[in-house]
Amino acid sequence: MNDIQDQRRNFLKTSVGVAAVAVAPGMLLFNVAHSKSEAVSSDVRWGMLIDTANCAEGCKDCVTACNKENGLSGGLAPTDSQWIRKIEIKDVSAGRSFALPMMCQHCEEPPCVDVCPTGASFKRADGIVLVDKHRCIGCRYCMMACPYKARSFVHEPLHNQNPDVPRGKGTVESCTMCVHRIDAGKQPACAEACPNKSILFGNLNDPASEIAKKLRTVASVQVRSDLGLNPGIHYQGM
Amino acid sequence: MSTPSSLDSKYVSLQFKNRLFYMLLAAGGLVVLAALYAVHMMESHGHIITGMNNQIVWGMPHVFAIFLIVAASGVLNVASIGSVFGKAIYKARAPLASLLSIAMLSGGLAVLMLDLGRPDRFMLPAIDFNPTSVFAWNVVLYSGMFGLVIAYLWTMMEKRMNVFTKTVGIAVFAWRFVLTTGTGLIFAFLTARQAYGSAILPPMFIVLSFAWGMAVFHMVQTVMYAWNNTELDPAILDRKKHLLGIFVMASLYMVVVYHMTNLYFAHRMGFERFILLDGGIYPALFWWGYVVLGNIVPLALIYMPALGRKKCAVAASLAIVLGGFAFLYVFIIGGQAYPLDIFPGYQVSSTFGDGQIASYTPSIYEILLGFGGLAIAFIITTVSVRVLNFMPHDKPYIAD
Repeated sequence: MNDIQDQRRNFLKTSVGVAAVAVAPGMLLFNVAHSKSEAVSSDVRWGMLIDTANCAEGCKDCVTACNKENGLSGGLAPTDSQWIRKIEIKDVSAGRSFALPMMCQHCEEPPCVDVCPTGASFKRADGIVLVDKHRCIGCRYCMMACPYKARSFVHEPLHNQNPDVPRGKGTVESCTMCVHRIDAGKQPACAEACPNKSILFGNLNDPASEIAKKLRTVASVQVRSDLGLNPGIHYQGM
Repeated sequence: MSTPSSLDSKYVSLQFKNRLFYMLLAAGGLVVLAALYAVHMMESHGHIITGMNNQIVWGMPHVFAIFLIVAASGVLNVASIGSVFGKAIYKARAPLASLLSIAMLSGGLAVLMLDLGRPDRFMLPAIDFNPTSVFAWNVVLYSGMFGLVIAYLWTMMEKRMNVFTKTVGIAVFAWRFVLTTGTGLIFAFLTARQAYGSAILPPMFIVLSFAWGMAVFHMVQTVMYAWNNTELDPAILDRKKHLLGIFVMASLYMVVVYHMTNLYFAHRMGFERFILLDGGIYPALFWWGYVVLGNIVPLALIYMPALGRKKCAVAASLAIVLGGFAFLYVFIIGGQAYPLDIFPGYQVSSTFGDGQIASYTPSIYEILLGFGGLAIAFIITTVSVRVLNFMPHDKPYIAD
């Protein structure tokens, strides 16, 4: 009888040990992956205020930082992905010229989300517009619908991807506002890389945030505000 | 009574036709195989081997697919005039019209699905249905159309079901209007693009579908009559030809109104100038391909049949189809080639084609895929007309 109890006890001990050995690396990897346990909340709306007066013509530091962070090739062929680009703008009648970075504007009413047949294009509760790579069928309707031409289609097989930023051949992608960095409490790569601090990132819903305060005091515009999409990206000095 | 020699010649002709049928089928099969090869290449290399890019996101496959889908809806006009409006000569042609509709819808949808970046996920829109997406609505509209047209064919071809023909015919009539509205809405909902975002697009596509569908119907019917050594009653031919002429004029009217409204808006003048005047291939295709070949030539052939009525009607139909392709090329590809106006009133440039006309050269893979869609429609039609009785059976013609 005691023998049987000992055997049972040993069996249980071994089982618990094996289970611990099996689960521990997974737990460790879960932490390594920086996954956030709590869900994002609509109390937050992430956005940016871009000061075009400070954005130097010819400077591409934000573009370079984005490419590096997200594992993009940086190629400029019409089939290459460009999540952020610098647009040189000229007011022909006044003769003034300036430049600004253009990327997904993370609209409150995103047309890409409306038109997506599978719901692969979606908006997180905190306002970040993303593409679920496992649901995207590659129909490109969102690219047709985006008023900012902010989306790219992956035209070629991909190699050496950044594990934090999964991409997929045959699917559509765009600026994620560096969601993996935001979830880890960091700034988007472009905002961090700008040498003139022209990209101010923050919570538009928090009246005490620097971005909300600045939006109250300076004149800013949303690109194609006539479309009524309420983008999360604001531009100052246009 | 037939003499032995005439029986012999009939037998030889039958044997020849039998061989010809299999040869045509094999040719269609080869085209489908070539299209599948193109799909395989696009799957393994990615869309980089097509002419499409991040500026021209929809290309040649979409021209073929949309033509086939729009014509699939329009060809049902023949059936509707028969079953909804009770015209006998159209009633006799309703089964063939329904067959052509199913065949073209299959071809068009196959092209659309095989062009997807992830064709393996083509079932996802049905599973993860997004109710705000007009693409997702179209999934329902296309599958519903298949179901309804098959049911319609059943009610027509099975005598016991004949009592339901009118009811199902009315349902098909309504459904195809909604379906083509859905196709037009794909573009009408693109508010930011100068070429699209107009409420006139759905009705324009409906009227275009009448002309394209009727033209395809007429071509197929002519081949079937020739194959069976039968003559179409000239009175019937005249009636259908004139209806085709009216459809052509109506569709041209819709296209004119679409461009005229754009021309009236100062902010769309640049786009219209590009499409109608200085956009290179696009104005050339619009004026020569669509206006001249797709409208003026067929109208001339219909109303001034110098070559004889039969030949002229077929030539007009072919010209309408070719004009339709030219129109869609300009509409779909030209519409994307003109730069998106993100900063109205400003001159812009970037590394991503802002402010520049996008260039597009279709690759052989896209063209093969498009022809694959036509071949699928061809195979479904040829096999069906051989195994089932789709030949129109006219009673002596009395105007109704």
